[in-house]
Amino acid sequence: MWVEEPEMGFWESTFVPAIMKGLKTTLKHVTDRKTVTQQYPEVEPDLPLHYRGVHRLNRDEQDRVKCVACMMCVAACPANCIWIEAQAAPPEWPDRDKFPKSFVLDELRCIYCGMCEEACPVDAIELTYIYDLTGETREELMWDKDKLLSVYDKTKDNPRDPVRTKRGILGPAAEFASLPTLGPATVVPDSDRSAKNPTSGVIKGSLGANS
Amino acid sequence: MPDILITLLTISVVVAAIPGVCNYLILLERKLSAWMQDRIGPNRVGPMGLFQPIADGIKLLLKEDVIPPHVDKVLFLIAPAISVLTAMLAFAVVPFGPVDDSTMPSFIRFIIAPKIDIGVIFIFAIGSLGVYGVVLGGWASNNKYSALGAMRASAQVVSYEIPLGMSVLGIALLSGTLNLENIMKQQTDGGLLSWNIWFQPLAALMFFTASLAEANRLPFDLAECEQELIGGWHTEYSALKWALFFLGEYTHMITISFLTSILFLGGWSFPFIAEATSAYPGLWLVKLLILTGKAFFFICLMIMLRWTIPRFRFDQLMELAWKVMIPLSLANLVMVMFCKHFGFSQWWLLVGSMALFAAWGTISARLREAELAGRPGYVKRRKVVAAVSHGHAAGDH
Repeated sequence: MWVEEPEMGFWESTFVPAIMKGLKTTLKHVTDRKTVTQQYPEVEPDLPLHYRGVHRLNRDEQDRVKCVACMMCVAACPANCIWIEAQAAPPEWPDRDKFPKSFVLDELRCIYCGMCEEACPVDAIELTYIYDLTGETREELMWDKDKLLSVYDKTKDNPRDPVRTKRGILGPAAEFASLPTLGPATVVPDSDRSAKNPTSGVIKGSLGANS
Repeated sequence: MPDILITLLTISVVVAAIPGVCNYLILLERKLSAWMQDRIGPNRVGPMGLFQPIADGIKLLLKEDVIPPHVDKVLFLIAPAISVLTAMLAFAVVPFGPVDDSTMPSFIRFIIAPKIDIGVIFIFAIGSLGVYGVVLGGWASNNKYSALGAMRASAQVVSYEIPLGMSVLGIALLSGTLNLENIMKQQTDGGLLSWNIWFQPLAALMFFTASLAEANRLPFDLAECEQELIGGWHTEYSALKWALFFLGEYTHMITISFLTSILFLGGWSFPFIAEATSAYPGLWLVKLLILTGKAFFFICLMIMLRWTIPRFRFDQLMELAWKVMIPLSLANLVMVMFCKHFGFSQWWLLVGSMALFAAWGTISARLREAELAGRPGYVKRRKVVAAVSHGHAAGDH
């Protein structure tokens, strides 16, 4: 692509006014004393509500693990970091066939994409707001069922409780009857769908019209 | 007190003070940079990070001093030493306080080597020796990035030596001396209106710019630009040897700040507070504060400029030296000669400098226009803007 270089007049050619202008900007930033720095260990970062931190396994009303060992998350996981060993549910749990005998999640292998919680049909696995994951060995970060359930106990009463799955309620995007057209950044012919329903970014005109 | 003892005392004080001052300048630079970028800067060690330089110093002393197996050991070790040595030597003839004040205690002297008649030349001679540190460091590192950085540094320093020296020659002609103390004395005797900046504003601008290039400071730090050359000539250096290079650079900064204040801004002279006629107890201390204050201002300006102007491209750097600053400083010098020879008032130099500046701007603008007009498919910008506003130029080709 050819980028036309700007023309330079008298003052631009002497550099001096431009440098003064630049110095004014830098000086303004020095003197206004505004900072964007977050003093991390003292001040916790204000993360967005959809932040995807470490996982948890939810409990149901009877304090049982919600997971039904359907292996959907295992199938969905692109990093292959979940290992579930299923066991037949005891007869006093009529609402399910199976439950996880062991549920191991490698927090180091996980890429925190959140596909597991989207795949989960019973909202058993969720990603929490906890971001400061530390461990001294790799084995320590292979979290088992008890550890993941304890994360639930720790995070369930926090106002930053995960909002993505909302326990079976769909998000606002589900309420759109149709998705709005996104304008292409090029000239479109009048017959195009996006030209009939213009949004920002649609440039009307026939293709190939240029100077 | 015998002279030799005073000299030894001054040397020891200066040599002890400069690393400390440099350390705190690094803190200042980090803090100022942080503020300019809306950050906080170092604030963990001590109140407001004030002990950060000490922590840095201890770290640099205790770090492992790596000498890579592929380097030329002798040169590799000598290079940082040359860098610091030349920077410190250049400082020897720079008065960093009032030098002709009789009210000062007799054992205090604000210059290491007083009454050197070739002061300015000495500084430039030693200053250009400083590039040996860079070149040897880059060469001895036996590394392409270091060698490239060193080559750039040497080309840059050689180019900018010329405008640097020639911009000061005007002052040497005006004052009739190369002795820094005398140059300062002439300005302090006359007060504000005899500061050299009035007669040589263009030279002051060029001197400051060229000394930025000499000190390898941004926007002229092509020799160590991180994006292209990792660290440039100090890529292979670590720990204390790297710190010595840094010390040399900051000492150079201090020297050129003092030089600019002395040569162009009247040394310790300041209207109403410190004039040739003013006399009150502690005046020498005030003079010292004024001179260091001026130098401090220039150091702050250098740091501000660092984050204000993007780095030059290498051809632009050379163009600025050879096509702009050398002709301009030559014209400036001729102007001073003319003025001196025919005995015109010095104030004509102010007018002449402005005229030179205007001529430079006009010529650059015209050259630029001619260069653009030679390009294929060049349309004058005004026409292009008109086309866009009518919606005809929206297709992307």
